[in-house]
Amino acid sequence: MTAPRLSIEELSAISLRDGDRPILRRVALSVGTGEVHGLVGESGAGKSTIAKAILGIIPSQVKVTGGRIGFEGRDLLSLSAAELRAVLGRDIALVPQDPSTALNPSRRIDAQMTDGLRLKRGLAMKEARLRARALLEEVQIRDPDRVLVSYPHQLSGGMRQRVLIAAAFGLEPKLVIADEPTTALDVTVQKQILRLIRSLQERHGTSVLFVSHDLGVVAKICDRVTVLYMGKVVEQGATVEVLAAPRHAYTKALLAANPRYDRPDTGLEPTPPELIAALRAEIAAFDANAGTGPRDG
Amino acid sequence: MEHWSPTSITDTGTQPHSVAARLARDPKVVCAGGFILFLILLAIGAPLIAPKDPLAQNLLMTTVPPVGFADAEPGFLLGTDGLGRDVLSRVIFGSRVSLTVAFVAAGLACLIGSLLGLMAGFLGNVVDALISRLVDVWMAFPPVLLSILLVALLGTGLHSVIAAIVVIDWTRFCRVVRTETMGQAQMDYVVAARTIGFSRPSILFREIFPNVVPVLIALLTLEMGIAVVVEAILSFVGLSVSSDTPTWGGMIAEGRQIVHEAWWVLAAPLAALFATVVAFNQIGDGLARSLDPVLRR
Amino acid sequence: MLLAIVVNRLAMALVTLAGVAVVVFVLLRVVPGDPVAMMISPGAGPADIAALKAHYGLDAPLLTQFWIWIKGVVTGDFGISITLHVYVTEVLASRLPATIELAVLALIVAVILGGGIAVAGTLMRRTVGEAAIDGLNSILLAVPDFIWALALVLIFAVALPVLPLTGRIDPALAQGFATKFYLAESIITFRFAVAGNIASHMAMPTLALALPLAAVIVRLLKQSLKEAMVQDYVLLARIKGFRELHLVLQEALRNAVGPTLALTGVQFTFLIGGTVIVERIFAYPGIGNLAIDAVINRDFPLIQGLVLLFGLIFILINIGVDLTVATLNPRLRHA
Repeated sequence: MTAPRLSIEELSAISLRDGDRPILRRVALSVGTGEVHGLVGESGAGKSTIAKAILGIIPSQVKVTGGRIGFEGRDLLSLSAAELRAVLGRDIALVPQDPSTALNPSRRIDAQMTDGLRLKRGLAMKEARLRARALLEEVQIRDPDRVLVSYPHQLSGGMRQRVLIAAAFGLEPKLVIADEPTTALDVTVQKQILRLIRSLQERHGTSVLFVSHDLGVVAKICDRVTVLYMGKVVEQGATVEVLAAPRHAYTKALLAANPRYDRPDTGLEPTPPELIAALRAEIAAFDANAGTGPRDG
Repeated sequence: MEHWSPTSITDTGTQPHSVAARLARDPKVVCAGGFILFLILLAIGAPLIAPKDPLAQNLLMTTVPPVGFADAEPGFLLGTDGLGRDVLSRVIFGSRVSLTVAFVAAGLACLIGSLLGLMAGFLGNVVDALISRLVDVWMAFPPVLLSILLVALLGTGLHSVIAAIVVIDWTRFCRVVRTETMGQAQMDYVVAARTIGFSRPSILFREIFPNVVPVLIALLTLEMGIAVVVEAILSFVGLSVSSDTPTWGGMIAEGRQIVHEAWWVLAAPLAALFATVVAFNQIGDGLARSLDPVLRR
Repeated sequence: MLLAIVVNRLAMALVTLAGVAVVVFVLLRVVPGDPVAMMISPGAGPADIAALKAHYGLDAPLLTQFWIWIKGVVTGDFGISITLHVYVTEVLASRLPATIELAVLALIVAVILGGGIAVAGTLMRRTVGEAAIDGLNSILLAVPDFIWALALVLIFAVALPVLPLTGRIDPALAQGFATKFYLAESIITFRFAVAGNIASHMAMPTLALALPLAAVIVRLLKQSLKEAMVQDYVLLARIKGFRELHLVLQEALRNAVGPTLALTGVQFTFLIGGTVIVERIFAYPGIGNLAIDAVINRDFPLIQGLVLLFGLIFILINIGVDLTVATLNPRLRHA
């Protein structure tokens, strides 16, 4: 087995504002070469904190208290700002959640796509522009020349997301973090985008860390999945296996919560209180053992 | 400007303690307020506080440097001017003119401007159009030129200086009050008052005006600083009160002429002017900050 | 689209200027004090005064005077200056370039200084450095050009006597100029020594006018930059690996500059107004200095011409600002 591209080990973090409330509890996950890895959890579970930790943009009110993020043989957490800047964009890229705010409204699309290429791949302006055009074709934009000279407000949400995906994959990074890339889009567009990401990923051999709150979306695109609850990994494994035979109660509840169109309507049921109590107890026990709980006194 | 909801009104209007308390905590505002109070005391008690008669010439003691420099004379703390008059006493007496102009001129400009602004904002239509046109034409004049023109035409004297300042700066208050009034006039509580049967003028003064007052006070203190400067400019050009009364501007003009021989004659009144303007500005700024919930961040 | 804005503004401008013309005309004649009083020699009798008044057309009814003047204005004849005895248009044309150079130089200095400090403050955000900038700036915001001018006199004429106190150029060097744009012309014709001399004369008045504007720019631009820097697109650019300075200049600046531009335009009109007193303090031969003399001497035609000129400048600047803001905002351009 080859070494994984990304290897997160025992990552812990606390929130300095909330009286040192734990945000991440010894999270461990790894993403192999060419693997699409889903990171699933509800809001506040800590998924975006993990993504931010990898990218080095953790907000000042969050503090990493332990662990390691191994990438290309180095611990990302230990890199200096300059070293991290060298890695970002070239080896790690981001597909952001909201295409309407992730593009600079005052810059043209070609400028926003070529600046990364020129900085990180050393391309001259002409080559960068040609490459940007080719990238837009790769994400199935039918009129790349028009899009290149457009401003973001002239494009639809789906188009903008394609541009962002093209820009992220276009740098040929080793790892792409996709932060809920379909959440801000229409359902009809979601499927296309997912297929697009998958095909780009296969073509370039990129590893993808796919962050989502939606297990259904993850099922469609991810090879392996990590389920996160309150900063703790509760289930992890090959997607097919986890979905077919979930072991943890939370995963089961997540699966049950997904509306299914092939069965008669059973209605939405709230999470049973016993489950919540059980989960809380599990977390508390973990904290006591691992010393990741809020400090007393 | 944001529409102020009824709750934000109670925050500032009926609880003056909180505004004063907030201001009291800001060191810059406290210093500035203290300085203005000190200046007011100086102005009122000038005959008792000033060491010498500001008009007394002593042709044997002209251009004596301030205490601490060579050739200084005890008793003339800030030295003497070209006619042997004590600079310190003249600065102290000069504060009388400056402060009188500040309070009277700014107050009148505020009064007239606010009344017109209230009318324009509340009555709308023709009245508003007329007043707005008037403001536009007014603001096309360069302010200093207009003030000099007015005083040159009206003749020198405190009354024409005050008239000139009022005539020039009323537009500032008019615009702000008009915008605020128009914003307030749309609000639900005004509509409610009208349906209950309150007459228009009573609505104007009982409901709308109190909400405009805080902004107005902040603007007023800023205007005082401006008035002091305009007076200084006018007396610099020789168009203010008669040359017997000591004014900071007049001293500055004289000081400018003999700056190579007696720099203190320029420096002393300039410093007094600077401190006064900055003080008014800090108070106005502090008021504006404490009243605007957005700026308070 | 842009053309519509220009036409609209120009139309409103004409109306405003007309209003200005009427106001100043009436003001001068209604209020006591007339130019003739300034010109008569002691011992002149009523007949002499009447003759002078007739000579300058001041004895005709108000409406007639106005009509005569308006007819002249429309054909480009603003009358003859009572004190200088030349055409008003001539005087204005010969003094205007000096003020234009001063105002434009002050604007450039203010933008570079203010912009630079705003960017520096943004790079230093949430540090002591930024707090220092904010504190100092909030005090300096209160200082008007009048006080700056005199403070500069104290510093550079007395404490460090390195700059000339008055005038625009050494009289000995004021030869061989085709236009009245001395600074621009001397630079374009590579007469750098002369340009240096002019610049040293302009240094203090320029600073006095530029510093208040720079303070305003620092406050507003820095705030706008900081707001832009927390946007998602800046974050994405940071993740692409760009350095902080690049983020401020390439991503944040173009989105932050709009409100500052609009305010700078308005403040620029104040700057122009400020030339009146600053030119006086430094005996700089522009239209500001001219205006004070004109008023003191009650030179009606000259005053009217100057007021209209200032009014026109203000209006043109406002139109320019509107146009610039419209062109910079891509959304407005395509609307």
